[in-house]
Amino acid sequence: MPATHSESAEFSQTFEIKSGVVNLPILRLLTADVEKLSSQLRLKISQAPDFFRHAPMAIDLHNLVDPNAEIDFASLVRVLRNCDLVPVGICGGFEKHQQAAQAAGLSSLTLARQESPQQPQATPSKPKVPPEDVHSRIIEQPVRSGQRIYVPGGDLVVMSQVSPGAEIMADGNIHVYGSLRGRALAGVQGNLGCRIFCQDLQAELVSVGGHYRISENIDDSLRGVPVQIFLLDQSLIIERI
Amino acid sequence: MARIIVVTSGKGGVGKTTTSAAISMGLALKGYRTAVIDFDVGLRNLDLIMGCERRVVYDFVNVINGEAALNQALIKDKRCDKLFILPASQTRDKDSLTSEGVGKVLGDLSKDFDYIVCDSPAGIERGAMLAMYYADDAIVVTNPEVSSVRDSDRMLGILASKSRRAERGEEPIKEYLLLTRYSPHRVKLGEMLSVEDVQDILSLHLLGVIPESKAVLNASNSGVPVILDEKSDAGQAFSDVVRRYLGEDVTHRFIELEKKSLFGRLFGG
Repeated sequence: MPATHSESAEFSQTFEIKSGVVNLPILRLLTADVEKLSSQLRLKISQAPDFFRHAPMAIDLHNLVDPNAEIDFASLVRVLRNCDLVPVGICGGFEKHQQAAQAAGLSSLTLARQESPQQPQATPSKPKVPPEDVHSRIIEQPVRSGQRIYVPGGDLVVMSQVSPGAEIMADGNIHVYGSLRGRALAGVQGNLGCRIFCQDLQAELVSVGGHYRISENIDDSLRGVPVQIFLLDQSLIIERI
Repeated sequence: MARIIVVTSGKGGVGKTTTSAAISMGLALKGYRTAVIDFDVGLRNLDLIMGCERRVVYDFVNVINGEAALNQALIKDKRCDKLFILPASQTRDKDSLTSEGVGKVLGDLSKDFDYIVCDSPAGIERGAMLAMYYADDAIVVTNPEVSSVRDSDRMLGILASKSRRAERGEEPIKEYLLLTRYSPHRVKLGEMLSVEDVQDILSLHLLGVIPESKAVLNASNSGVPVILDEKSDAGQAFSDVVRRYLGEDVTHRFIELEKKSLFGRLFGG
């Protein structure tokens, strides 16, 4: 059925091309020995067949023990298909790998975050769109008692006050430019390098990466003054700035 | 289209109903057609404070359930013909209030009135949520003590996130602070939070300060909104509040300890 919005439209659009981010399971290849891989893979998948059924799979070549090894992509694809997987493409590898993969019907993918750059990018990438940090959040309204704000994967900036009984959390740093009277937890996913900055510390609780301090244990000399809070050797430091 | 004002606080006993009665009467006296609705279903009080408890036939829940027409349930005030009261039901509970029902009643009232004042029950349960949901303005009634301030702060958070305006991404509810039962004397003794202390925590537009006054209890007992007691400090303070709400620039009174006049000193008044 054609996807028409209005029946009177003579020429209606049938598709759109958009860029999007998709999460794929990655098969990290350590060896080029497809036969050996085949038996181990079957064993692995038999443990959770439903989980893997028809799962798309990217093949990552970055961690090959012998990066130069020839890989039989055609039989690799066959092995994966037999396991009910849908191989979509490869990441990394040399020119010859990419050509061979293409011949076997696989595309070349780029990992968003290259963890072990075996192939350092020779050419500095062209000037891209300025990186937009979409994960950080700026709050201009007061954060009231009973409100909870959590910023996954980024920083939280509060331009106003944080009331007692309010809770602000971020995977990254926290900045508060009004009075901080509620709870502030930075680095809640365990990032120990995160910090809390605030203009006026009156918090009920502050925490960085799970190391916390309650109001009762905050020295009076640090109350009501601008401070930064960070971890040093596993202990929480509150320092005047 | 009427402007919908919710009088709310979170905490009980801070003076919401007294405020609703006074402000609705004040708006009506200024010539605006005003309806005041008691949302405290099950614990109705507004009709007592307004002095119309013996004229209640139908109530808010009857209207919501379609058992009575709006004009059957609205009680016209005997002192001011611009003021109408929609009393709460005494025999039902707050679950009788439905979002659609409340929305419909407010929508119908909006056609005929300039202002609709919603007297919210205490707490943050259904009645209170529905009282504030459709509001354009919120008067947050707060006593100068920490638990009341904390509850008001909580209520402000709810106003900012759970109202219809918030859900639709419209301009947020306009929030006003009304500090009631204020005693400059006790503030001076350090027994009570000062206006500045409260403002420091809530940082809201201060609509007014109502002094602790015997006139309020007297007014409640006799079923006369305190704003009609023009000689009393609380009555005058509420008049100021209404004028300020309507956009007049009125200097705040009753915040400072008044110096005793010569007469006062002579006669120990």
